[in-house]
Amino acid sequence: MTDGQWGWFGVDPWWIVIVKVLGIFVLLVLLTLFTIWWERRVVSRMQHRIGPNRVGPFGLLQSLMDGVKLALKEEIVPKGVHLAVYWIAPIISATMAFVAFAVIPFGPLVNMFGVQTPLQLTDFPVSVLYVLAIASIGIYGIVLAGWASGSIYPLLGGLRSSAQMISYEIAMGLSFVAVFLYAGSMSTSEIVASQEPIWFAVILLPSFLIYVTAMVGETNRAPFDLPEAEGELVGGFHTEYSSMKFALFFLAEYINMVTVSALATTLFLGGWRAPWPISLWEASNTGYWPILWWLVKVQIFIFVFIWLRGTLPRLRYDQFMKFGWKVLIPVSIAWILIVATARVLRNDVTMTNTQILLIGGAIIVVLILGSWLLQSRSDRKAAEQEEAEAKAMARPFDAMAGGYPVPPMPGQHVTLPTRRATSSVTTQEAIDG
Amino acid sequence: MNTVNTGEAIVFWVCAVLSVLGAVGLITSRKAVHSALWMALTMINLAVLYIANNAPFLGMVQVIVYTGAVMMLFLFVIMVVGVDSSDSLIETIKGQRFLAMVLGLLLIVIMVWGLGSSLAGLPAVGLGEANRIDGGNVQGIAHLIFTDYLIVFEVTSALLITAAMGAMVLAHREHWQPKPTQAQLSVARFKSEEHPGNRPNPGIYARHNAVDTPALLPDGTPTDASIPGALRARGEIAPVDINDGRAIEEADSL
Repeated sequence: MTDGQWGWFGVDPWWIVIVKVLGIFVLLVLLTLFTIWWERRVVSRMQHRIGPNRVGPFGLLQSLMDGVKLALKEEIVPKGVHLAVYWIAPIISATMAFVAFAVIPFGPLVNMFGVQTPLQLTDFPVSVLYVLAIASIGIYGIVLAGWASGSIYPLLGGLRSSAQMISYEIAMGLSFVAVFLYAGSMSTSEIVASQEPIWFAVILLPSFLIYVTAMVGETNRAPFDLPEAEGELVGGFHTEYSSMKFALFFLAEYINMVTVSALATTLFLGGWRAPWPISLWEASNTGYWPILWWLVKVQIFIFVFIWLRGTLPRLRYDQFMKFGWKVLIPVSIAWILIVATARVLRNDVTMTNTQILLIGGAIIVVLILGSWLLQSRSDRKAAEQEEAEAKAMARPFDAMAGGYPVPPMPGQHVTLPTRRATSSVTTQEAIDG
Repeated sequence: MNTVNTGEAIVFWVCAVLSVLGAVGLITSRKAVHSALWMALTMINLAVLYIANNAPFLGMVQVIVYTGAVMMLFLFVIMVVGVDSSDSLIETIKGQRFLAMVLGLLLIVIMVWGLGSSLAGLPAVGLGEANRIDGGNVQGIAHLIFTDYLIVFEVTSALLITAAMGAMVLAHREHWQPKPTQAQLSVARFKSEEHPGNRPNPGIYARHNAVDTPALLPDGTPTDASIPGALRARGEIAPVDINDGRAIEEADSL
């Protein structure tokens, strides 16, 4: 938004704030109910089933009924729990899931009951960081649930879950950096405004792909749903929870899905702004219409979540962590370097496009030559080492080489003194006994 | 500049009370996990105070870095060390309570008297002006970090990276031998004296299938090979109650 519109935040009358808060709350609860139904229907279709189709039109009320049933179920509190923490954990999880939505923009300035106000609860210069901060407090809910249950499976599930969320939050945070560089701001409304001609998903495609991967890991969804790996950990951190407390975790998981999707929409898909063919219609970006575009974009992300769940098998934990730390994070850092360099060149250095291309080409040539040189050198070194090893192998094993007792080099033969004929064994055999 | 409006006053008194409560809880809880939680409460309330004082970036970083990463790491360690272990309250240094009290009192004196006397009479300026110079809190911090304090910032980051590398080197274990493959492990298992196959499941052929019930061998004798090592070490093996008389004797002798 332009500087003139910054002043629209934080000046709403109190009753408008309450209307907005209630609106977000109701929207999130409804979206959760819808998403559960939508997920069950889509997965069913992918598995050649029909899915819930009895309660209400198209079975739409199924998840509402399930929710009522869940809330009315008997609450079982196991013996060994740490009661206070056991109670707090689901509350932290669910509250933080709702709170993160405070900075998501749904639309432009609208006339709400006679008051000009933006369709966004609030915004401040670091709102994207705020979402990250709230997400990191939300992890506490999961860790504490695992710990307070006083049982091993939930503990392992909780630890897995938090390790996973922390690792993927780093990749996620790094994928934001390029967006911040292009938007020149960390406030959600300004980021939406700066995507006016073109979405960041297009010009910052690597960031977008990294974010989409990280958001699946961040929400513990398939194929990254290791904290809930049924075959290994029963239900993960919420194994010992039942009834309403379990419902809160359930709710938190689905709201988190909506939150990361909404953030992806805001940062990469132009937020509430209408996509191209619709944006030709003058009124598309005014009034309450943008909520519709926003909902459609978010639902596309949710569909991708469901699609992934219906398609991919779960990853192994170590492969998953390796992927986060050794692929996503280095790739993000390299991409940030490239983006930052490009920004500096565009902003501060006056160069023609030909010059930029020439210099870029020269850099690529140097990189290729350099890597080739390095490769041939390391090849030569490897060959030398192999030769040296071969030589060492050829030498008989000297147990007191250099004056100290030493173990045999790999491949050297040890002559074990035996009472009968001396027998010769290799290192491996000597160790195996 | 020195006036405090109602909203600010409410935020201050709520957060100040909560953060002091967190600090007191931190030192009085018996369980390490509870201490960590109290500490997290203090940190979050401090973050709110930073934000209320026109330093939103600092507040957010406080939550993300300290509450989200550092405290979480602490929690990890505490949880992995023991689900139920509370701290031993034995003092390892002689007179450590007394020393702690004296040093604590000294710290309070320095903070109240030293800081108080040097700050008394100084007008509260606030961050408003500082934030306005560069057009925002984030821009202001970025400007300072990358101009006046560039070297300090870089040196600190180099130090942190060195520390992280050091931790990795200390925790690193060199593999001298290639990791044995599944096939090699299998061969080794058959070469060893141990029974190479699966151990009998707990309670097989017995009346119960609880983990602590020993399985019966084909001849009816119970075997504790089916009991997990932890239970065996604690001696928590359930007596076997079957109809065969010989097996009852065997069970009693376990």
